[in-house]
Amino acid sequence: MDLFEHQAKELFADYGIPVPRGIVAHTVEEARAAAEQLTGRVVVKAQVKTGGRGKAGGVKVADDAADAVEKATAILGMDIKGHTVHKVLVEEASAIAEEYYFSFLLDRANRTFLAICSAAGGMDIEEVAHSTPEKVAKVPVSAIKGIDRATAREIAVAGGLPEKSLDGAAELIEKLWCCFVDEDATLVEVNPMILSADGQVKALDGKVTLDDNAEFRQKDHEKFADKAAEDPLEAKAKEKDLNYVKLDGNVGIIGNGAGLVMSTLDVVAYAGEAFAGKPSPANFLDIGGGASAEVMASGLEIILSDPAVKSIFVNVFGGITACDAVANGIVAAFKLLEERGEAVTHPLVVRLDGNNAALGRQILHDAKLKGVELVDTMDDAAKRAAQLAAVGA
Amino acid sequence: MAIWLTENSKIIVQGMTGGEGTKHAKRMLASGARVVGGVNARKAGTTHLDLPVFGTVKEAMEATRADVSVVFVPPAFTKDAVKEAIDAEIPLCVVITEGVPVHDSTEFWAYAVEKGNKTRIIGPNCPGIASPGASNAGIIPADITPQGRIGLVSKSGTLTYQLMYELRDFGFSTAVGIGGDPVIGTTHIDALQAFQDDPGTDAVVMIGEIGGDAEERAAAYIEQHVTKPVVAYVAGFTAPEGKTMGHAGAIVSGSAGTAQAKKEALEKVGVRVGKTPSETARLMREIMQAR
Repeated sequence: MDLFEHQAKELFADYGIPVPRGIVAHTVEEARAAAEQLTGRVVVKAQVKTGGRGKAGGVKVADDAADAVEKATAILGMDIKGHTVHKVLVEEASAIAEEYYFSFLLDRANRTFLAICSAAGGMDIEEVAHSTPEKVAKVPVSAIKGIDRATAREIAVAGGLPEKSLDGAAELIEKLWCCFVDEDATLVEVNPMILSADGQVKALDGKVTLDDNAEFRQKDHEKFADKAAEDPLEAKAKEKDLNYVKLDGNVGIIGNGAGLVMSTLDVVAYAGEAFAGKPSPANFLDIGGGASAEVMASGLEIILSDPAVKSIFVNVFGGITACDAVANGIVAAFKLLEERGEAVTHPLVVRLDGNNAALGRQILHDAKLKGVELVDTMDDAAKRAAQLAAVGA
Repeated sequence: MAIWLTENSKIIVQGMTGGEGTKHAKRMLASGARVVGGVNARKAGTTHLDLPVFGTVKEAMEATRADVSVVFVPPAFTKDAVKEAIDAEIPLCVVITEGVPVHDSTEFWAYAVEKGNKTRIIGPNCPGIASPGASNAGIIPADITPQGRIGLVSKSGTLTYQLMYELRDFGFSTAVGIGGDPVIGTTHIDALQAFQDDPGTDAVVMIGEIGGDAEERAAAYIEQHVTKPVVAYVAGFTAPEGKTMGHAGAIVSGSAGTAQAKKEALEKVGVRVGKTPSETARLMREIMQAR
């Protein structure tokens, strides 16, 4: 889960990391109230989970409350790289002496953590890393040894930070490491990390990604969930513990195993190119190895409630759960949905392969479910599902 | 022949007394794998599935001479279970558990390195390793394919089964599911190296998916070190940016890590990349038939 800047800063503050005083505002009026409550000039910052806000005009300095209203009016509702701005962070403007860059992240390739530090922070850090990589220190951090004040200071030195900033930076880096570990983050980034005119090292911006796998021991992370931005179908699927992602197309997809479902999306998209309107996947839905009738019914229900869906492709490889169990699941799901008054009305293409595939096909054949077609191979089934979506469109 | 797992492998199951552990220990036994015991500190001294349950991996190894451990314990306890296996210096530890926090997997990997890499870790969040006709450590269905001379290494479970199924008339030496998590113990490169050195393997199927740059690094390795034919498949060509598709590692953000980039890197070093699983199977079929 990615956090908004204001959430990242709240988290930083919990760890004693200095951040500017700020207030979140969802409306222009709230922005005025925030600016009146804060001291001096303020910065109005768009809260969106994407980079490049500054360059897009989503960050503006305001001289007073009236000016903050003007700036918030311009920023709220703005579109930044496909993200609509629903809230702004109104923050006391900092007198910046110098801008640095700092982050902790997971280095997948080397299977370790990495600290990245540079004295050349700010908006152009990516360009700096690209054209003058020697100005960006990348220091591996052992998950066992971690970071103490001394190693934090060494990293700041490696990043080329000046002597006057080292104490403050080392303290901030050490605290940031605690945040990174204790919160199960996979990224904590401070860009810019600044030296203020009065000599304090502060986090002027914050980017945090939290590990969803750690939810079981990070109960309070739930408060960061952005319920408003969630797709309603995705939210509904989540309630049912389904691994569902909404996409733009019109062929509903159900499969077992993340890799197979991802592959199914590709195969359907390729097949769709040959048909009118280029049908493509409407969703990603992995029902896992189990594929019980209950789960199949929940999955079908979610897909049927998506008005864009014109046909459905059920692509299952019987491994641990044999195909006869999956077929029985589909039959039971149809019955369940009928009882709930949500009978399946879309054409449904089923491809069963693997363990007990013949038996599974026989079960579906005998059940004579309305609109259900059995196709032997994944490629042919994808074609048929795409064709049906094109006809139904 | 096979890599890492043979008919002589003796397997213990960490978490054998739990639901998943019981179910899959039974399946492994039914497939003919030599499962010799389980580990559960709270049930040491008892028996389960007619097999002895030990308090620690070390005790289990001493009593049974086990050389493979399969881990089914819940995510909250996986780190400690793997560290215990590393301490016991068991040669192979297969971590099936899904949903392990990445701070935990990064830590047990660092621990394995610190202890001199005496334990090969496969996973976490993987289906395990199967050498058809010889042994099975994990949850890969044992009856998909007979023994043969194709090797397979994959980030995805069901795609592994799919390719094994499509090429079952040739059979497989070993199939390794390395898992799709951001941090994993055994990589595509490790498996490619082992298959290259295995006289029982003629060609290798490699399955990747979006996220990270493991496939790109595998391509560089193949160019330098692999002379056996490799056919690849990459899932996730049409996945939208910034959306996670089930596997924690399968997320596309920015240009790096896309299926297209991986395909290009692989094709550049002479690896044929199938557009679909079936096409991938067909490419491998051509190679095997030409031998």
